[in-house]
Amino acid sequence: MNEEGPIIRFTGVTKVYPLPAGDVVALDHVSLDVMPGEFLAIMGPSGSGKSTLLNLMGCLDTPTSGTLFIKGKDVGTLSDDELTRLRRDHIGFIFQQFNLIPLLNVIENVEFPRILKEREGGCTERCLEVLAAVGLEEELFSHTPAELSGGQQQRVAIARALINDPEILLADEPTGNLDTKTGTGIMELLDEMNRRGRTVIMVTHDQNVAAYARRRITIVDGRIA
Amino acid sequence: MKEVRTAQRIFLVFAVRNLRRHWVRSGLAALGIIIGVLAIASLGILGNNLIILFSGLVADVSDTVVVTPHLAAASGDPFDPRSALATGITERDADRIAHAVGANPSIPLIQTAEALKKGRESGYIPVIVLHASDMPLLLSVAEGSFPPGSGRGVLIGARLAHELDIRAGSRISLAGEDVRVVGVLEERGLAIDINPDYAVVVTHDWYTDLHGAEDYDRVVIKVADLEEIPAVKAAVKDQMNRRKEVVDVQDSREILEMYYQTYDAISIFLLGIGGVALLVSSVSILNVMIISVTQRTQEIGVMRSIGALRREILLMFLYEALILGIAGSLIGGVLSVVAGYAITASVAETIFAGYGTAPTSLDAAGMREILTGIGFGIGTSLLAGVYPAWKAAHLDPIEALRYE
Ligand SMILES: Nc1ncnc2c1ncn2[C@@H]1O[C@H](COP(=O)(O)OP(=O)(O)OP(=O)(O)O)[C@@H](O)[C@H]1O
Ligand SMILES: [Mg+2]
Repeated sequence: MNEEGPIIRFTGVTKVYPLPAGDVVALDHVSLDVMPGEFLAIMGPSGSGKSTLLNLMGCLDTPTSGTLFIKGKDVGTLSDDELTRLRRDHIGFIFQQFNLIPLLNVIENVEFPRILKEREGGCTERCLEVLAAVGLEEELFSHTPAELSGGQQQRVAIARALINDPEILLADEPTGNLDTKTGTGIMELLDEMNRRGRTVIMVTHDQNVAAYARRRITIVDGRIA
Repeated sequence: MKEVRTAQRIFLVFAVRNLRRHWVRSGLAALGIIIGVLAIASLGILGNNLIILFSGLVADVSDTVVVTPHLAAASGDPFDPRSALATGITERDADRIAHAVGANPSIPLIQTAEALKKGRESGYIPVIVLHASDMPLLLSVAEGSFPPGSGRGVLIGARLAHELDIRAGSRISLAGEDVRVVGVLEERGLAIDINPDYAVVVTHDWYTDLHGAEDYDRVVIKVADLEEIPAVKAAVKDQMNRRKEVVDVQDSREILEMYYQTYDAISIFLLGIGGVALLVSSVSILNVMIISVTQRTQEIGVMRSIGALRREILLMFLYEALILGIAGSLIGGVLSVVAGYAITASVAETIFAGYGTAPTSLDAAGMREILTGIGFGIGTSLLAGVYPAWKAAHLDPIEALRYE
């Protein structure tokens, strides 16, 4: 697969969670291509498999069967370290719960993935650049996550997702914990990242939020409807 | 908060901040290590001092056989106070012993105590009663000479002489009698036959003049040829214990053996205590680390999802255990130095009773014990951290993220 091919390709991917009470089929033979630069919204009822799909895209998990290519690599064949490096260098995660690291301040949180990748960091130009891009006020840079509002935390989280300049941004209900106005700000930010060429894939329940995406798919019972 | 720079540093920073955030918990875990290190180091120092005591005993008495009156309850230990309860060895028995051992000199003696007065100082001191002719066989004079067979001349132990500022030629009052110190003995150290360093040695004639004839407390036999020791012992037993046990016969090796056995038992006991202390401290570290991993499960999930490798998570938690271990061990080490001085001083005072071989300060061996304690402290902390750290590193990122 070359540069023009899909950046993410699912072919007949099934994900089964084995539970004592019986196996849960979270994804059932899903085939899906995501092209570079797309803005995709994944919708569907609760428990339908949206997060499972996103986690597979984010190399947090591997398919039970079927094949999944991320940037041309079959993730089923990769080691844990290789999957981790793929996440670190090419994928940015944005969570519903923001998930900043409480022991680190804003700058340190944003720099963290960069330190993991480059083995060094600090308050770099790149760090200031992404913090400026998400529109976070400078007075907040030395604050800890507990001292920030939800919207501010999500901006820091987006800055963190952007720091290593990933091709793919994955967001699981990024506005789920925010009020409408704050959520709109965050969506405009993701929209801008997409217009700058990043592939953005987002899970949402909200039609208004989904409207930002250029393509929408709906999952029902582990299948694309 | 300080700026974070390199990747290795950031995990160290995580560890430090996490420990600081839960400082009470961390402090208690470190306390466990402190106690463990302290226990190992102090017990080690105590053991060392005992070794020094015994090696002092080995030195100069390997040619000695000691005959003491038999006492059913006696342990055979010449230092055992119960030995004093035993009946004595009669003049006739002493002669039979001398006869039995042939050419090897046999030296009967009485150990007692008398009131000593010198100037304004007075008190009871140990007195060893020897035949004047036997004195050169057991003792050496540093200053002055041995007393003649009769008369009022006595010898004085080196330490006692030093303490009371007594010289050859001084006059002292012993048992109310005015006597002349004819010689000061060379310092002899702790031994199993007699311990004259803090004693006065008087002639048998002088003593019997004063108190009448008395039984002997022991007979010391000097065996010229070490190979002959078993034969000498057998001869004495043969002569004396034919019908019933009249005397106990022991050679220095046997007596030392007994001490070594005691010493071994003590060291195993001390080692056991140290081991238990360390076990407890490592369990406390393990406990704290497991709590830490559980509490931070979600955080671990986040770190893994944004690109932290398994080994980096492992490192972060190992740092935590290591910091606890190093901090606890170093504090424990410092306290051990203090404890070491105290132990050494008290051993010097009580067990050695001022004898020359006593260590007076914390020596290299003591420092080695402390370093061993520190090493064990750090080692066990690290070891206790391995399982929780491994567990943290192998958490499933998704499961960890979902953890509430
Ligand atoms: N780790 C897991 N272990 C067991 N079952 C799981 C696990 N993760 C998800 N599931 C199950 O897989 C199915 C899909 O879950 P998923 O989280 O993908 O749904 P979702 O569409 O994201 O739901 P929601 O909108 O509520 O977030 C559900 O039935 C869920 O119970
Ligand atoms: Mg979900």
